[in-house]
This record gives sequence, C-alpha cells and structure tokens, in this order.
Amino acid sequence: MKTMNVSLVGVGGQGILLTSDILAKTAALAGLDVKKSEIHGMAQRGGSVISQVRFGDKVFSPIIQDGTSDLLVSFERLEALRWRHLLAMNGKVLINDMNMTPMTVSSGQQPAVTDLDTRLKTEYPQALYIDAMALAKTVGNTRTMNMVVAGALSVLTPFSPELWEQAMRERIAAKFIDQNIKAFEAGRQATKV
Amino acid sequence: MNQKILLSANEAVAWAACKAGCAVASAYPGTPSTEILENVAKFKDSINCEWAVNEKVAMEVAIGASIAGVRALTAMKHVGLNVAMDPLMTYTYVGANGGLVIVTSDDPGMHSSQNEQDNRNLVKFARAALFEPSDSQETFDMVQAAFELSENYQVPAFIRLTTRTSHTSTVVDVGPHFGPGQVERKPYVKDIKRYIPVPMFAKPQRLRAQERTEALRKFACETPFNRIEAGDKRLGIITSGVTYQYVKEVFPEFRVLKLGFSSPLPIALVKTFAASVDRLLVIEELDPFLEDQVRALGLTVVEHKTELNMLEMNSMRLMALRRELLGDVEMPEVKRADAGLPTRPPVLCAGCSHRGVFYTLAKLGATVTGDIGCYTLGAFPPLNAMDTTICMGASIGNAFGMEKAGIKGRLCAVLGDSTFFHSGMTGILNVLYNGGKITTVVLDNRITGMTGHQDNPGSGRNLCGEPAPVTDIAEVAKAMGFKRVVKVDAYNLAELERVLKEELDADEPSLVIAGGPCRISAKLTNAGTYAVDATKCKACGACFKLGCPAIERGEAVADGKRFKSHIDPVQCSGCDLCRQTCKFDAISRIR
Repeated sequence: MKTMNVSLVGVGGQGILLTSDILAKTAALAGLDVKKSEIHGMAQRGGSVISQVRFGDKVFSPIIQDGTSDLLVSFERLEALRWRHLLAMNGKVLINDMNMTPMTVSSGQQPAVTDLDTRLKTEYPQALYIDAMALAKTVGNTRTMNMVVAGALSVLTPFSPELWEQAMRERIAAKFIDQNIKAFEAGRQATKV
Repeated sequence: MNQKILLSANEAVAWAACKAGCAVASAYPGTPSTEILENVAKFKDSINCEWAVNEKVAMEVAIGASIAGVRALTAMKHVGLNVAMDPLMTYTYVGANGGLVIVTSDDPGMHSSQNEQDNRNLVKFARAALFEPSDSQETFDMVQAAFELSENYQVPAFIRLTTRTSHTSTVVDVGPHFGPGQVERKPYVKDIKRYIPVPMFAKPQRLRAQERTEALRKFACETPFNRIEAGDKRLGIITSGVTYQYVKEVFPEFRVLKLGFSSPLPIALVKTFAASVDRLLVIEELDPFLEDQVRALGLTVVEHKTELNMLEMNSMRLMALRRELLGDVEMPEVKRADAGLPTRPPVLCAGCSHRGVFYTLAKLGATVTGDIGCYTLGAFPPLNAMDTTICMGASIGNAFGMEKAGIKGRLCAVLGDSTFFHSGMTGILNVLYNGGKITTVVLDNRITGMTGHQDNPGSGRNLCGEPAPVTDIAEVAKAMGFKRVVKVDAYNLAELERVLKEELDADEPSLVIAGGPCRISAKLTNAGTYAVDATKCKACGACFKLGCPAIERGEAVADGKRFKSHIDPVQCSGCDLCRQTCKFDAISRIR
C-alpha cells in the first residue's frame, strides 16, 4: 500500500506515546513497513508533544513532511490548531474533545484563545470529535483515555480490531489489559465514519 | 523462523550487543541515548551493565573491559563524548583488545540539548572507526559488525546515531533463535609497550594508528555497508546516516553512494562513484564532514544556496534543494493555524521539589549559575531564578569565576544530585581549596530526573534495580573539609529562606542540600489536593510566583487587573508550597 502518515499530537502525559506505539505495532503485525518517530527527553511533561507513525510497503523518512499527514489525531483541542501545518489538503482530523490550559495562560503570561470553537470549525469543518475522557470514565479508569482515542483512530485505519487488540496485548500489562480493551471498544463504537 | 520486531535504534543497539556477546556495558544517561543502557539491562544475565557516574568513567570502564579481552560497550549523548574524550584519545593509540563499541547519539536540531555538535568530527579526530546506520535494522547489523571490526583492526568502533534514529522505531529482523552470542575472550597479556603509552611507546603507536587508518580505508571500500545504488547518472548523491532516508524519498531516481561506514572515508570508492556520474552532490546532516573531504580530493561538488549544514535534516529541506537544482517539484500545500496560540513549553511538574528553591533564590535576589537537568526550567518566568547554564557541573566553576571577577551581591550555584556526582564534586573542592565563598545548592531528589528517572549513587539502586550503597552528599562535602554544610527540606519555604539567606551571606564556602523526592519517581503525583477558598483569596498573586502548572487564574478583580487563584485538582500533587505562600490562609489541603 501507499505510505500512510499519521500524526499524533497533544500534551505530555496524555498517553500519546503508548497510542502511537500500539498503532505502529498493529501496522507491523499487518506485515507493513513501519516507522514511528517521537521526541521525548527534556521534561516534556505539560509540554506540547508529537509522535509520528508512517506505514506502507516501504517507508523511508521517519518524519512526516508538512502538508502530507493523512491523519491528524489531536488529544487536545488547542494542539489540533498548533499542528495544522502537518495535515494534507485531503487529510482527516480526529480531535479529543478536551481542553488543557497551557501554563503560559493560567499564569497570565500569554492571552487565552477566546474563539477556539470558531477557529476549529473554520479550520476543520469535517473533523471527527470524541469525548474520550467521558468514555474512559464509563469504563471505570480515566487513565484509559488514550485507548478510547485509539479505538476512534482504529476506524480510520485499514486494520481490523482484532489486529489492534493483538498489538495492545503485546504492549499493555496483563492486569490492565481488559479495561484498556473496553476503552478501545468504547472509542470504536462511538466513532462512525 | 526469523523474528521480526519493532525496535528503536537505541533498543537495537542493546539487542545487537547481546547477540554479539558483549560482556560489559557502562554509560551515563543523556537524551537521546538513555534507552540504550536501559535496554542493555534487559540482557543483564549476559551483559554486566551499569550506570556510571559520568561519561568519562563509563568510557574508562569499557576500555578496562576491552583491555581485559571481552567485548565492551559504552553509549552517550553527543556532549557526553566531550567528557569522555580524554581516555578515548589515548585508547585509539593503544588499540582495542576485546571489541570496544562506542555509541554517540547526536541531537541535530537540539530537541533536548544545549548544542548540536557533529560528533563525526571527533571520531575522525580520535582516529577511530565510524558506522552511521540509517535505521534500526542497520543499527542491529552494524553494532555486531563494529565489535568484529574493533577486534580485527584493534580500533575503538563508533556507532553514530541521531535523534531520528535513536528515537525512531522500525522493523528489525533479529534472526532465528535470538540469544546471547558466545564469543571467546581475547587473552589479556601484560604488555607495557602496548598499555602504557609513555612517550617512547606512544611514538610507535602513533605510526601504527596511521597505518591502521589506511587499512580501515581499504575496509571501507570493500564493506557491503558502503554501496552504490543504481540510478540516473545525471546526478550522484553521497549520503550517510538517517539522511539516506530523506535522499531516497526526495531523489528516488538518482544514483546514490550510501556510506554506512563513513570514516575513514573510502577514497577509492568515492572517486569511482564520482567518475560514474555527471554531477556530484553530498547530502549529510549537520557539518559538511564528508563534503569537505570529498572536495579535498579535488572532486567538484555541486554548489547550492539551500542551507543544509545546520539544524535537523528533513525531506522538506531536500525538496527545497531539489527545486533549486532541478526545478521539477512542487512543495505540498501547507496551511497554518497556529497564529496567536499560547505556547506550551515544558514546565517543572506540579509539586516539583526544585520549585521552592528557585522561588526563594528569586526572592533573595541571588545571581544563580545553573546546570543541566529539569531544574534548568527554573530560568523561565515566573521563577526567573537562573542566570547561566553551560554544561554538566559548570554551575560551580561558573559561580566561583564570577566571584573572582567581583560580581556584587549574593552568588549561588545550583545543580542536581546526579549532576553533582557527575562533575560537581571536583568543582566544590576547587572552591574550597582556592578560598571561594560561593554557596552551592544541591537539589537532591535522589534520581536522575530529566532523562526519565535513572538511578544514581544517591538513589540506593543500580541500573539493574539491585540495592546499592547510598552516597550522602553532605558527608562528601564534610570529608573534603567544608565547614558549612546544611541540609534543608525543599518543601519548607520558611526554612529554605532562613538557610539560604544565612549561607549566601556567610563569609565562607557552603553547601546546601535541598532534599525532596522527585514527585514522579517517588509516585507522589497524586499525594494530596489543595484548594483555594475564594472568599479568603485577596488576589495578591503570591502563589502565582511559584509557577506551578496546577495554579490557574480564577475570578478577575480590580477591573481585571488582578486575579484570584484556583487550583486544578487533577494536576495538584499536594506539595503544600502554595499554602505557605498565602498570607491570608486562603489555601488548604482538602485531601
């Protein structure tokens, strides 16, 4: 298959790296060439975070070029705007319906964005939204929020839920796996394309 | 059946070391290299591995193991190699006995570093051998080949990774029946002519090192890691490392000389390649390391205006180059939507034990020389409590130099526990010996925080998670002869202020150990929750000065000029600092 580019963005601590790990594993289980590239290190906690996954018959560059991301998955609403430049003109957008106020705003150093709703609607009229935190709560563990997003994301990828589940089992500790799979299912059910 | 798995290049180094029968590994953490030893530790049954206190010691331990005749590995970030250069420069004369592989993880674009030096220069400078893998599979293959080469040519062999190989996962075929390799150890024979390079022995070694470079150059021309890939001969591209991937993406139809083993440069191969193409182009990340050498051979290399020799390489930059040279590509259409968005820089965690120290130093108006760690974030608003950061351990020498230069006022060096063990101990000894008066504050959270919570000589555990002796920093300073050594609770603002004021104003050198656990590594991120009573809050803004991400602006007062505070219960970790800043008793623990 032609290389598919997926950018996962959000705020440090939201579980983005685990989600991209599982996406990359799923693609590998499907027999595809995969590259997953991320930046971590320097206390990213609370900072803006990006992980990029590319898969296809043969993948060269580990980085997604501006304007070529087939899918932009944002775990936070503001971050969806920050990474707009990655999205291809015909790319799809999945947004976790969650606001996290940057410290620069809460401390009064920088002004808040007052027209976030309008800007998101203008930039991404076709975006899919998911309230992953609410769904994670119904599953009984807010820490599975990222797997709710993964479930929603799975609908937009060419991989079967069985393959996703296999990747999750390989990556998530046995004592947490059932809740995470429930969260994944909840995200998947809530997302119709 | 061959086992295919997704590995980052850092993980691939560990897997390859295991398969190659590596027996000893030592490193100091540093992004983007840290995961190498963390993964080596998964093979601790076959590899004796450790966190060293710094990169120089790590290099020396690996060299010792190599001298003893076993395969040894050390790994470090690019600036770590600066620390380790001293033993390296001489061991390249001595030459490896057991294979010695050194991994340098460079950080083009400075994602997590203070500079972006291209360590290929240092490898050439040291007369060592250099592999530059472009993905995890090549890393896996090249690390094994590097051990072989190191033994065959008695040369330390480098693997140069960059952030985009170290932190990119790709599919790796680790072969059938993966397991620790069995390698016969080389005999260790006492031989002072080899292992003691006093001038009379070093001179012949210098000549041998030169001969070895030429032998390696021959190897470089023959190894399959260096290959010419067929393509349109109108343009020939020489490339190495991860840059190869961008070249294949943007210039897929042209002829490529891919250098997986790039130093010493395979001169004959480069000349053959150059003769086979109409125009020669060199594309590499950071310095024109290959290009300068290719030009020095008298070969003509295509000139271009597109800047490629600094910051991180990517396909977009090569698209711009292609547009300049060939004019046959269009850049993808790009829309931006980030205008006016507030930035989201990394911050000290809610409840971080470093916060109170910086809050107090700012209050006391101290000039603060800083160091490398999470605590460098103390430099930013609203704490604004750091003046300089140069390199690991530099805080102490820098503060002392400022004192000697006659800087007025309170002067303080601040560094973490791991950085203190890394290269702070020699610094404070120098202050004491030479009559300095500065105060050194060790932010002692008992972990190497910034790189992701690695153990160190203060944490009581080693790399393998086994119990280890705990070094008491206060006792170290006292043993050196420090008279003023004070331990203080990093979560007690009144005590911090009293102690720091007294020590900063003292006429003698002093060491303050501000102790408090890293909230994350000690699993205290959910240790309690505080709340603001809005009826008591006077919107004075005192708690905002802590710069805690959990403290947000609440209700506006005084026509929106001031704001009451509000605590985000999700982020609050219950450290109590904000309660101590409040004169109106408006903040209290609710859980």
